[in-house]
Amino acid sequence: MTAVTAPSKPGRVAASLPQTIRDIIVITKRNLLRNLRLPQLIILSTIQPIMFLFLFTYVFGGAIGGTLPDAAAGEYINWLIPGLLVQTAAFGAGQTALGLTEDLSKGVIDRFRSLPMARSAVLAGRTVSDVIRNGFVIGLMMAVGILIGFRYQTSLAGLFAGMALAMVFSFAFSWIMATIGLLVKNPEAVQAAIFLPVFPLVFASSVFVPTQTMPSWLRAFADNQPVTVTVDALRGLILGEGALLPGNTVIGQVALSLFYSGMILAIFVPLSVRLYRRTVS
Amino acid sequence: MTNPIVRVQGITKTFGDTVKALDDVTLEFEPGIIYGLLGPNGAGKTTLIRVLTTLLRPDAGSAVVAGVDVLADPKTARTKIGLAGQFAAVDDYLTGRENVEMVGRLYGLSIAESTRRATEVLERIGLSDAADRQVKTYSGGMQRRLDLAASLVGRPEVLFLDEPTTGIDPRSRIDVWKLITDLVDGGTTVLLTTQYLDEADQLADRIAVIDEGRLISEGTSDDMKDMLGGSVIELSVPEESQSETIEALRAIVGSEPLVHGVTREITVPAAEGPKTLTAVVRALDAASIIPQDIALHKPSLDDVFLTLTGHPAENPGADEQQPNGRRGRRRRRKS
Repeated sequence: MTAVTAPSKPGRVAASLPQTIRDIIVITKRNLLRNLRLPQLIILSTIQPIMFLFLFTYVFGGAIGGTLPDAAAGEYINWLIPGLLVQTAAFGAGQTALGLTEDLSKGVIDRFRSLPMARSAVLAGRTVSDVIRNGFVIGLMMAVGILIGFRYQTSLAGLFAGMALAMVFSFAFSWIMATIGLLVKNPEAVQAAIFLPVFPLVFASSVFVPTQTMPSWLRAFADNQPVTVTVDALRGLILGEGALLPGNTVIGQVALSLFYSGMILAIFVPLSVRLYRRTVS
Repeated sequence: MTNPIVRVQGITKTFGDTVKALDDVTLEFEPGIIYGLLGPNGAGKTTLIRVLTTLLRPDAGSAVVAGVDVLADPKTARTKIGLAGQFAAVDDYLTGRENVEMVGRLYGLSIAESTRRATEVLERIGLSDAADRQVKTYSGGMQRRLDLAASLVGRPEVLFLDEPTTGIDPRSRIDVWKLITDLVDGGTTVLLTTQYLDEADQLADRIAVIDEGRLISEGTSDDMKDMLGGSVIELSVPEESQSETIEALRAIVGSEPLVHGVTREITVPAAEGPKTLTAVVRALDAASIIPQDIALHKPSLDDVFLTLTGHPAENPGADEQQPNGRRGRRRRRKS
């Protein structure tokens, strides 16, 4: 994540790569220390996805179980876990917006902006620390899932590849949230703002149920949007190709998910760095 | 001034279409002093600090800090400055030491150097004992001091302090004052903003009075007080006697008395000190006006502010009357 530069404008000099990396590490460490010393945050942000896991497994599991592809081995939780990992990745990324607005409101960002540090490091440090935190939550969810009956149907390598893909997606999503945080600026308002992109993407997707029963206009969206693509890629990796829509391949879905994450980064990294430069808190 | 450390020329910044936060502000000062930017809330003080610390681009004008053009080369400028904003920009969940070390690292110091420097700065700021406690356990005053420590860690040539004592208790305030004076004795140059007249009076070697985005006066604290021509008389009278009193005062002192927008307190210059006071008391007595309160005192910066802006510092915009010919600039070289 090098600083984005616009050499034509005076004073927009990019920091050197080693400096940028060093600054990102400093900020990441700061954010992670904050997380560690505020255990309520970790506990609360972990309870929510685990609550979802229990609710969906036991409330919907019975009703939905019958309509699942064979790859789920007849267990809704096998179908659900890959979806919930991606949901957790998307919800967890919301922390990026919250953390940024909090720093903005406390004048911390002003201090950072007055320092001779890499301009991209505050945002990159934020998104990197959030992806580490989300990785922890994803791992914990997987552990709880296994305890209550989840079994991967492919290989351990497939399982880890799936979790890694969810983290890539979480990282990309964090940059969308960074942009939202810098636009909204207010810590209270941002709570509502982060759900605007998250809810439609998570619910109009294959996270909880196969998309086949949705009306065709919704399905056209649901089948092709990044959350479904990523969830399907995870299911392919964890449950096997039989979990995918006819005609889709695991490698194809993984490539498409990575492409989406790459596109999100290509748009929202420069956008948020630009906003960061201009932000007046 | 041969070698000003800060030179601001014609800085103008408009927010939206109409709000002129800064209107053609020009000022400069030499190294090694405390320069006070005095003005009410919303006067443009913070906006000027934000321009000088590279946080905000002005619409027009230029600014040079420690020999670096902050608009053309903000990156180099950032290596020369330290900023402590209006709120303590420190992390509650980190320790004091971690906060300062982090800023040191972001100034580009090595790990060893930032550790050493943090110890040094925390010692200096009197927070050594609390250094390894989380900041959430600090008092408001300690947090401000820590914030100051963080702004010092990169050995800035110019330190910008935006209302360094706003919102802290009186004792901590005196601690912060002492700290700032010590810093300047150590060779740092400080530009601070304040809305407290006594703070500018106590600390600043030079003061710029800023109101509604314009620099309306500049000089030493004594320069400003001299503008009022010695002592002033402050008095208050019953509401019904107000206009009669003003008329009587006008006849005695030969200028328009100033009336506080809220307290209705009347202020007039007393060129001849006690003699003027006696004359005023006689005139009131002759008119059978019994003042509720009357006092003769050396002019405070409050009086200066009232004279310069036509409204008291605590009550911006309450009374838009124009000052009567006292506006002007005075400069005196500091020896």
